[in-house]
Amino acid sequence: MMIQCFILLFCLSLTELVWGLDRYEFDQPEDADRYHRLVEVLRCPKCLNVNLAGSDAPIANDLRKQVYLMIKEGRNDEQILAFMQLRYGDFILYQPRFRPDTWLLWFAPLLMLIPGFFLLGRKLIYSRRPK
Amino acid sequence: MNRWLSLLPLALFILLAVFLARSFTLEQADKLPSALLGQHLPNLTMPTLSEDKVNVRLMVKEVALLNVWATWCPTCLAEHRYLLEISKKHALPIYGVNYKDDPDKARSWLAELGNPYVLNLQDDGSLGIELGVYGAPETFVIDAQGVIRYRHVGEVNERVWSKRLYPLIMALRKELPQ
Repeated sequence: MMIQCFILLFCLSLTELVWGLDRYEFDQPEDADRYHRLVEVLRCPKCLNVNLAGSDAPIANDLRKQVYLMIKEGRNDEQILAFMQLRYGDFILYQPRFRPDTWLLWFAPLLMLIPGFFLLGRKLIYSRRPK
Repeated sequence: MNRWLSLLPLALFILLAVFLARSFTLEQADKLPSALLGQHLPNLTMPTLSEDKVNVRLMVKEVALLNVWATWCPTCLAEHRYLLEISKKHALPIYGVNYKDDPDKARSWLAELGNPYVLNLQDDGSLGIELGVYGAPETFVIDAQGVIRYRHVGEVNERVWSKRLYPLIMALRKELPQ
């Protein structure tokens, strides 16, 4: 029991270390929330499938600082995302923009439901018919 | 009829798998599209390794390469000799961006290994962000108007040079100034 407690405490102290790496100071608590939300939705360009919040790559550090500075300058979320997208491309946005060339991506889950419903419907109709 | 229909989900699955497999090739680092193509270099004044200041937007006056490098980057060492070669052989100006590096180390590296660069900007990462750089080496082709025309991520070697950079540079040199 004692050992488990120590392991748990050790792990918790590590998370503190990671979170403490760059803790930027904001004047408004809403700005801190915006910062945390933005580094969640921006992807680290150096890494495959890690967001800025979860990466300690040097470029992720720089981009987190950039987000912080832009919030300080009073830019809104949309401006910050557009700034990043212009420089790093669509890749940096975890949530793809809604554009004609991404419609398929957005509607694919719904499209995939159609054949499912079709098959389900057929099955229900046939199983009700007496053999 | 019914038997064929039951194969439909499988067919859809295969279609989707092929579609998604394509994305692996799209996410290769050097295929990342750069939204900066066709844009001017940023209007920034920056210090160089020889301790003077230069405006990034105005510094390029003929077709040139902009090469992002650092002494901590092993691939940069690998491409360095090749950059020396092409700068001489093709009378091609190469502008260096010494990226997140120690200026003293950078200067002694150039003194030791040779200097293919017209000048080197000292970048703490801010120019890197403007250019959408996420590591070193990266190389941009800049036209005579200072507009970014191509971006290559990774080492510049014989293959990249002869397939991509050289034909583009030759074409750009023929473009008439607007």
